[in-house]
Amino acid sequence: MVQVLQQILFLLVAVLGIGLFAWQVRKIRANILQGKDRLMGGSVAERVNKTLLVAFGQQKMFKRITPALLHLVVYVGFLVINIEVIEIMIDGLAGSHRILRVLGPGYDALMATNEVLGALVIVAVAAFWWRRNRTQPVRRLTGVELRAWPRLDANIILYVEVALMLALFTMNAADLKLHQLRGEEMPGTFPVSALLVGLMPDNVTALHVLERVGWWIHIVGILAFLNYLPSSKHFHIIMAFPNVYYSRLVPQGQFSNVDSITHEVKAMLDPSYQVPAPPTDAAGNPVVQRFGAKDADDLPWTNLLNAYSCTECGRCTSVCPANITGKLLSPRKIIMDTRDRLEEKFNSPLIFEPNKYQGEERMQVDEEGSLVRGYVTPEELWACTTCNACVEACPVNINPLDSIIEMRRYLVLEESAAPNSLNVMFSNIENNGAPWAFSPSDRFNWADDLYVADKETGIRS
Amino acid sequence: MAEQVAKRQVSVPLMADLAARGESPEVLFWVGCAGAFDDRYKRVTRAFVRILEHVGVKYAVLGMEETCTGDPAKRAGNEFLFQMQAMQNITTFDGYGIKKIVTACPHCFNTIKNEYPALGGNYEVIHHSTFLQQLINEGRVKVQGGESYKGRRITFHDSCYLGRANDIYEAPREVLAALDADLVEMKRSKANGLCCGAGGAQMWKEPEPGKKDINVERTEEALATLDGNAAALDALYGVESGNAGATPSPNKADNGIIAVGCPFCMTMMSDGVKNKERESSVQVFDLAELVASAEGLNA
Repeated sequence: MVQVLQQILFLLVAVLGIGLFAWQVRKIRANILQGKDRLMGGSVAERVNKTLLVAFGQQKMFKRITPALLHLVVYVGFLVINIEVIEIMIDGLAGSHRILRVLGPGYDALMATNEVLGALVIVAVAAFWWRRNRTQPVRRLTGVELRAWPRLDANIILYVEVALMLALFTMNAADLKLHQLRGEEMPGTFPVSALLVGLMPDNVTALHVLERVGWWIHIVGILAFLNYLPSSKHFHIIMAFPNVYYSRLVPQGQFSNVDSITHEVKAMLDPSYQVPAPPTDAAGNPVVQRFGAKDADDLPWTNLLNAYSCTECGRCTSVCPANITGKLLSPRKIIMDTRDRLEEKFNSPLIFEPNKYQGEERMQVDEEGSLVRGYVTPEELWACTTCNACVEACPVNINPLDSIIEMRRYLVLEESAAPNSLNVMFSNIENNGAPWAFSPSDRFNWADDLYVADKETGIRS
Repeated sequence: MAEQVAKRQVSVPLMADLAARGESPEVLFWVGCAGAFDDRYKRVTRAFVRILEHVGVKYAVLGMEETCTGDPAKRAGNEFLFQMQAMQNITTFDGYGIKKIVTACPHCFNTIKNEYPALGGNYEVIHHSTFLQQLINEGRVKVQGGESYKGRRITFHDSCYLGRANDIYEAPREVLAALDADLVEMKRSKANGLCCGAGGAQMWKEPEPGKKDINVERTEEALATLDGNAAALDALYGVESGNAGATPSPNKADNGIIAVGCPFCMTMMSDGVKNKERESSVQVFDLAELVASAEGLNA
């Protein structure tokens, strides 16, 4: 009876957990699709290859070896321990116990690997916690954009990961002890839990309860965590893969072209040029397109996908020349702001309070609330040297530079709000064909009185 | 009596003249605005022309027909102005049937190579670092007969638009290696290189408020690397750095060189060296200047 009740309860919990997650994913998918179309280019093979290397292979993580190894432990732990989750799901639904034991020696290997990885995950998570919470944390784990919620979020993830591992060990250790008391051989090999058997009570009922509590905490914890992801930076464990798949494959120096401007310029230079009809909405009315990005949904959809793939690690910000030298610009903040704004304007996940930072004000919010000025200030945008260091540094191929340029385009083309010195540069180009105020007629003066040593006949005298 | 070198005056061939004679060049040398107007970078342009003359490449320049590629406008968000400039240049290139372009400016290089195709301009574009590397590899430039750089300490500062933007890291280093100098790498080099601070149209504006100018940060790194000053490097890199790359040496580099391959980097690094009052011991040179002088082409 208890068994059947547990099965029914598990079915309900699983359906609820997965259903709720699917509902949240739909909302986020809708958010991302608010973005503008983007010319993708590149072949599927090239994209798959990139995904295997950068996402699955963690290629870019290995630029910094310490965090790369710590992260690798948690990542591999996540992948392998998920095989056990499959077992838990089957057991929960079928009322079986350790169904994968049919794998025989393979089950021994799987369980042993799980246990070792589980222990290593706890060690890695402890190291992560230390790097983040000690008096002088790793520099990239600090910054104005890491206010109360992002800081809390980062720690919640670490605590949950430890709790899940502890639940797993409790379940295994209690199960081991139960088998010992019954004088039975338990399927699987459990090198870590074997050490914990001594800590377990001798009472059979208590052991049963502990084993069940461990089992339930582990699986309910995972389902709850799954539903926490869309509200958290930890969503990267899923979004990193599509994000890398859809990353830009062109040289990093190649900025996007604005096709609508190309048509205008061509029409100016050649009056016979036929400008294609502007895109129309469902009702057939032409869609008025803004130049550049004022708000989150003016950005290409890939940049919105970027925002959901960011785990706020700060590698971008830590290599940004503007940030290093004390300017306001932080590429990570641009990405985090994009996500916050998107969720403020459109769908929000279960937990969403970007404006509530426990009394901490967001930087320089203005009344309008759009991405530019509401979240990102022109001062940040103008501090960028477009050096691509942030793009190069991101382990999941997020491109903060592309969003910065889109917002600069908005400021210049829609508001004429460039810094004055840049307006001077623009007019120099328009009038003199050079960004400096030199006369075009002096352009060839460098060639005057130019001599070269004649080495063919060049006998030194 | 001072040593005299046989020299000849160069009459730089203009594309218009070649076209009038029905000729076409092997390669068009795109000088760029900095190469044409900036006094410091004009010397680089002249050094590169000396090399072209010396090896006998059939080249031409556009002279007064050149106009800004539009790079600074595009980086600053003025896409309209960029495209106007780009279309004008594409019309000029196509009018002369240009196929291959070499330039000493990574910004011009990147823009013409990567961003003109979307507007209908397709050319083979190479940066002068790659061009020089090819000349050296082919034995057309021997890097002999002039100034010796043997044993001189040189560190190469990667230009963002050559390096990360276009993945060209080895060509400039191979050119420098041919000088038989003592090459030292900054820790932040190649894909991890630190910007000089001038990209993205920063060249034409004051930096935003901060605690330091970017070119000073970068120059400090270059100087500390040339000096082998481990303590200074430690202070620069801060936490999460093993700083394994620095060679400790108490001496200040004498006669050190910061090598660059970009007009903006040239300005920023030269200003940085002045800011640190090290002009007497450290010089900033472009790759073309080093090759021309090592080959003994200056006259």
